[in-house]
Amino acid sequence: MKQPEPVHLVKERRDTALAKLVGQVPYLGWLGIGFERKGDELTATLKFAEKIVGNPMLPAIHGGVTAAFLEATATIQLAWSMLWDEIESGQVDAAALTPETMPRLPKTIDLTVDYLRSGLPRDAYARARVVRSGRRYASVQVEAWQDNRDRPFAAASGHFLMPRRDD
Amino acid sequence: MSPTDPPKDSPPDEDTKARIARQFIAAIPHSRELGMQLEEIGGGVAVISMPYDKRFVGDPRTGVIHGGAVSALMDTCCGAAVISAERTPGVTATLDLRIDYMRPATPGQRITARATCYHVTRTVAFVRAVAFDDDAERPVASATGAFTAGTGEDRRESSEALS
Repeated sequence: MKQPEPVHLVKERRDTALAKLVGQVPYLGWLGIGFERKGDELTATLKFAEKIVGNPMLPAIHGGVTAAFLEATATIQLAWSMLWDEIESGQVDAAALTPETMPRLPKTIDLTVDYLRSGLPRDAYARARVVRSGRRYASVQVEAWQDNRDRPFAAASGHFLMPRRDD
Repeated sequence: MSPTDPPKDSPPDEDTKARIARQFIAAIPHSRELGMQLEEIGGGVAVISMPYDKRFVGDPRTGVIHGGAVSALMDTCCGAAVISAERTPGVTATLDLRIDYMRPATPGQRITARATCYHVTRTVAFVRAVAFDDDAERPVASATGAFTAGTGEDRRESSEALS
């Protein structure tokens, strides 16, 4: 019988692939967006900083930053779903991934953001749910929260153009 | 300035509103970080541009700016248009914003958004916006949104100055 793969190798492969996927996008680093992984589930974090403020009087997170955070969470989630299958099947070697061999990121077709409450001056979190993913188009819903998971401050739904495998 | 414009020494209400809108945009940390520049403001119309910057790249292989930076430009521009419109208070918050991405912005070029606040009720302002790069014939993105426009007691306590 085949021996199960050592756990540290499994984690290393997945964490390497995720770090490379996220690390290749300059804007995510600039804005302070990172991703945490539990199995295949991702949670995005937006670090609070002065540069993401929209209203200095409250202060509150800029609505454009909230939209950007939701959009980034959706596109990384979609790309991660594709990459996950490729690294887990052994089709792609996570350690050998380069920006050139990395699967292309999905392109946003449209995004609708609902602003539910003001973004407070603290870290924010988001998770995306792929509602439908076809060969060409994907539909994704995203929710962002701060202190309380049950009280989201913003939600979005969007459509994305999936990259062709041979792109 | 056209010959029909009123003389500077009797500023109409619109000038005051435009001034308020300018001050608000200048005070937004995130808009400053993105290098946003106010090109035009007044009467419910705002034009704001943003330079190309490698830090805002979303696709490392093409150098195209991340959609999120375009969203921030659209949101700021729509908010400015609302504040500059007649019958709106000097503050607003985004209720919802839909953005359509028509094509990738050409790397290296400025992106300019023009927003129009086309209808205002006692509580809500309706806005649409279009963004272009150097090619003024083919829009990069368009947006439609609803913003708060309440005055006095109608206003949400948590209203943000601009988005």
